[in-house]
Amino acid sequence: MKTYLPAKFIVERDEARCIQCQVCVRQCSFETHYYDPEDDEVCSREHNCVGCHRCMLFCPTNAITIRENPRDYRQNFNWRPEVIEDIKKQAETGSILLTGMGNDKEYPVYWDHLLLNAAQVSNPSIDPLREPMELTTFIGRKPERVELDPVTMDLKTILAPQVELALPVMFSAMSYGAVSLNVQESLARAATAAGVMWNTGEGGFHRSLQKYADNTIVQVASGRFGVHPEYLDAARIVEIKIGQGAKPGIGGHLPGEKVSEDVAMTRMIPQGSDAISPAPQHDIYSIEDLAQLVYAIKEATNYTKPVSVKIAAVHNAAAIASGMVRAGADMIVLDGLRGSTGAAPKVIRDNVGIPIELALAAVDTRLREEGIRNRASLVVAGGIRRSTDVLKAVILGADAVYIATSALVALGCTTCQQCPTGKCAWGICTTDPILTKRINPEIGAERLTNLLRGWSLEIKDMLGGMGINALESVRGNRLHLRGVHLTDTELEVLGVRQAGN
Amino acid sequence: MVTATKSTVEIDAMGLTHRQMNARLRELVADGSQHIILRNCYGQKYIGTNLNTSVEIEIHGTPGGALGSFMKGPRITVHGNAQDGTGNTMDEGLIVIHGHAGDITGLSARGGKIFIRDYVGYRNGIHMKEYKEKKPTIVIGSSSQDFLGEYMAGGVLVVLGLDLAEGEYHRANFVGTGMHGGVIYLRGKIHDYQLGKEVGVAELDENDWAILRPLIEEYADHFGADAEEIIGRGEFFKLYALSLRPYGRLYTV
Amino acid sequence: MRNLSAINNPYNDDKLMSACSIFGAMDTSGKPFSGKRVIDAIRNMHVRGNGLGGGFAIYGIYPKHPDHYAFHIMYMSNEAREKTESFLKERFHWDHVEEVPTFKARRISNPPKLWRYFLTVGSSKHESQSDDDYVVDRVMEINTRIEGAFVFSSGKNMGVFKGVGYPEDIAEHFGLEDYEGYLWTAHGRFPTNTQAWWGGAHPFSILDWTVVHNGEISSYGTNRRYLEERGYVCTMHTDTEVIIYAIDLLVRKHNLPMEIAAKVFAPPFWEHIKRMPDGEQELCRTLRQVYSGLLLNGPFTVIIAHNGEMIGLTDRIRLRPLTVGEKGSMLYLASEESAIRLIEPDLDKAWIPTGGQPVIGRLQSSDKVLQA
Repeated sequence: MKTYLPAKFIVERDEARCIQCQVCVRQCSFETHYYDPEDDEVCSREHNCVGCHRCMLFCPTNAITIRENPRDYRQNFNWRPEVIEDIKKQAETGSILLTGMGNDKEYPVYWDHLLLNAAQVSNPSIDPLREPMELTTFIGRKPERVELDPVTMDLKTILAPQVELALPVMFSAMSYGAVSLNVQESLARAATAAGVMWNTGEGGFHRSLQKYADNTIVQVASGRFGVHPEYLDAARIVEIKIGQGAKPGIGGHLPGEKVSEDVAMTRMIPQGSDAISPAPQHDIYSIEDLAQLVYAIKEATNYTKPVSVKIAAVHNAAAIASGMVRAGADMIVLDGLRGSTGAAPKVIRDNVGIPIELALAAVDTRLREEGIRNRASLVVAGGIRRSTDVLKAVILGADAVYIATSALVALGCTTCQQCPTGKCAWGICTTDPILTKRINPEIGAERLTNLLRGWSLEIKDMLGGMGINALESVRGNRLHLRGVHLTDTELEVLGVRQAGN
Repeated sequence: MVTATKSTVEIDAMGLTHRQMNARLRELVADGSQHIILRNCYGQKYIGTNLNTSVEIEIHGTPGGALGSFMKGPRITVHGNAQDGTGNTMDEGLIVIHGHAGDITGLSARGGKIFIRDYVGYRNGIHMKEYKEKKPTIVIGSSSQDFLGEYMAGGVLVVLGLDLAEGEYHRANFVGTGMHGGVIYLRGKIHDYQLGKEVGVAELDENDWAILRPLIEEYADHFGADAEEIIGRGEFFKLYALSLRPYGRLYTV
Repeated sequence: MRNLSAINNPYNDDKLMSACSIFGAMDTSGKPFSGKRVIDAIRNMHVRGNGLGGGFAIYGIYPKHPDHYAFHIMYMSNEAREKTESFLKERFHWDHVEEVPTFKARRISNPPKLWRYFLTVGSSKHESQSDDDYVVDRVMEINTRIEGAFVFSSGKNMGVFKGVGYPEDIAEHFGLEDYEGYLWTAHGRFPTNTQAWWGGAHPFSILDWTVVHNGEISSYGTNRRYLEERGYVCTMHTDTEVIIYAIDLLVRKHNLPMEIAAKVFAPPFWEHIKRMPDGEQELCRTLRQVYSGLLLNGPFTVIIAHNGEMIGLTDRIRLRPLTVGEKGSMLYLASEESAIRLIEPDLDKAWIPTGGQPVIGRLQSSDKVLQA
């Protein structure tokens, strides 16, 4: 069938600059560029171009420009190019539209409608470069009170296991198979260097990364890949994944062609077989079942580590979160509407769930109303782009955030959304042995560590400006936020006042 | 102009507001007084500011905050303790305190000398700076509380640690944090973790002693101590700024 | 939840910021002394305030009624008094009631009426509830539900006197020179962003706990939500109020001594905790993790008092001043040494505590000794 889909991008090659070196041919994993030896000319198949900009960046003479193909159909707000092309794609294939990364639609980004406070005169701002500024965060269940022996004044309270973070940012779950081992190693090394955590996702814990176990969160998800006693033992935190923001209610599927020998070993499944993550965890059909799994893991690890439960932020997230805490979760993770994925049905990614800011505010408020906020740490994920998003999340009530897309962008990702193809030209979301070499874990770790350092310095700067020298003193301190361009209802859910008020 | 004989005047400060008292001081200085004794001083602020001569002022009691702030010239002796902000942005002159001083003593001082017999509070010598011949000096007899010499940019800070037992460590934390100029001479032990990351530690050389010895002698003169005995206690260290630009890698455009 | 800002806080001042003068004097032998010298001392720091609030807490003030909850209640109207009194009659036994005598003071205008009640807990209290908890709940009720009535203090053998004016004017208004107590705290206020009202002056109080405060608690929102989660109703929306409730929670409900509470309010830095010996490290770690919501962040000095004890504390990087004076059995705490020297020129000892280091004075009779 002839495709009616136009090319999304235009490749412009400045012939005056091009030296026919073919770097672009080798860099493009989508076979957009090719060399014609007869004419001694490099040419393009523009249909193949995904707009990842790899060739542009690597062209030694800056000969290439990638532009979006304008596709100037007759202007129509309703029938925009994306809509038209989605229909054509389905008409030609009869398939579910698959995509990668997070929701790219124009839902409000509440972070950008929240403004931070600063101290002037009545309390001094604190100079974060010279004076101590504490971002240390502890993940884990906290008791209601501290008890001392009434006679000796010795400490009687023994805390549930706590995990210390040097700053309230962790790397969110990305499984081996979805991303390459080099990406995971970059994350693991950076987490270790920066004093935070990275998360294996549900693809098992590769043995070459076990030396980073102290900074590792392992996942127990519906596929139970690579889950064995040593796996649980090795980690600092065990995370039960119920859902993720990009595809709430949807399972996953790592195609057999991505299940290489090494992936097979790590996931403990036969090489070349599909790795299917069912939509639900079939031992969790209720909150009681969740409690059973939480405690099964606690028993299996002898109560030595916090157990996390991760859900997609859905409409009744607040009630579910309350149940999760009561089910024994020591950390609960909300993954919002803009959370990313290696592969998700486009309609799900773009239409299911709620913005993380609203979910966070609602869950934090609910847990406080029930007096159980101290029982679990609250972590949010899905669309955290900058240090300001991190700080605003903490001010709305989060203990910490997870980042994934930001981390991948630090490694080179340009969010071209081709993750499900396994052909990532940046060598990130692929297990192709040639492409994965494009990430050098040492350099990757350095880029990620730099990112965390930069964010950490910026958060300290903002805290100092507020006259506060410990992150815990802005946690849930929503008086330090004001809203702009928000409705009264939105302000009410966020628990934030209108700017000027 | 300096005259051979000194004219001494006494003020009973009891009940005077700082405004009344400082106006009186300016009046007296304008009339040529060169030696003024303030009695019953209880908290009047800004003493010594805007006098602009080398008048001697003796204070009995407890002067208020910002003693000698923006001061140029006067020589002040306090028979007692000083409160916060002594020598704030001081330009020239001398302050001698027979007791302890509070926080931010010598804040942003750009000249003159301050001698404190005992200890000082927080952020002593914060952001002192020097330019050409202008070089402020603070000498502290015992020790300091936290943030001594915070982002110090110039001048000389001396801490003699006379209250420390032999082998005892200083208690101040965050010493010299953000320091990018000047020098702190410290007598007595200090752990590395008590120092800001911008601070280097060195042994004293001859040039250092040429600066420090006269200051110890002057301290001894003011307070009736024995300079040789102090020097004999040993354990002198020099704290200096590792870099004029400690924040080179902090920003990117 | 109810809209609390509409009640008892006519200026809707969400958070009052202040740069104030504070003073405390305690005779640890328990001997009462008159307010004369305390008033002189706080007057000496006149320039630190701006006349928008002054107040005093006096301990040992009602030796004739030592076992009664002494309620000081401010009324904006007769109606408020009638409502409050019928509320009290149903819930307490009355022993003695009187209007607090006042005197003409030059700079005081439109003072509200202040009445005092000596009460014991009535039969409407549930058996399982302690008398103190019952009193706290009733105070919260009056302050949030009866318009125009406000409880200044509710402790035994102590009383709070406060209002809008310089502290020396407030003292004149209530004739405080004629009162005697073994422990006095005083406050002159400089609110920087709002009008003042009588209930918003310091000291703040619940039961016999009082606090006078110089500074701003930048962590107010965090502290407040932590306390509200635990049943406290922040009626005055001032940062100082959270301090008093935090003390009530930690010391009265969680049985932690003041020394430990101080480590919650002004905890050591993690860098320092890591270098502490094991036991102390574990304690400080646990306190910081469990009570992170009660860290008081921002510049502050407080003088906290209750029967038999007076505590001075500054924030952990000491952004506000505190000086200690000692003379015989007397302990003085003040923003400025000059205020102490004025009334006790010949001190045995005058010194400056470090940030976060509590200075605690206790009655000698209570077998614990003065310590720092």
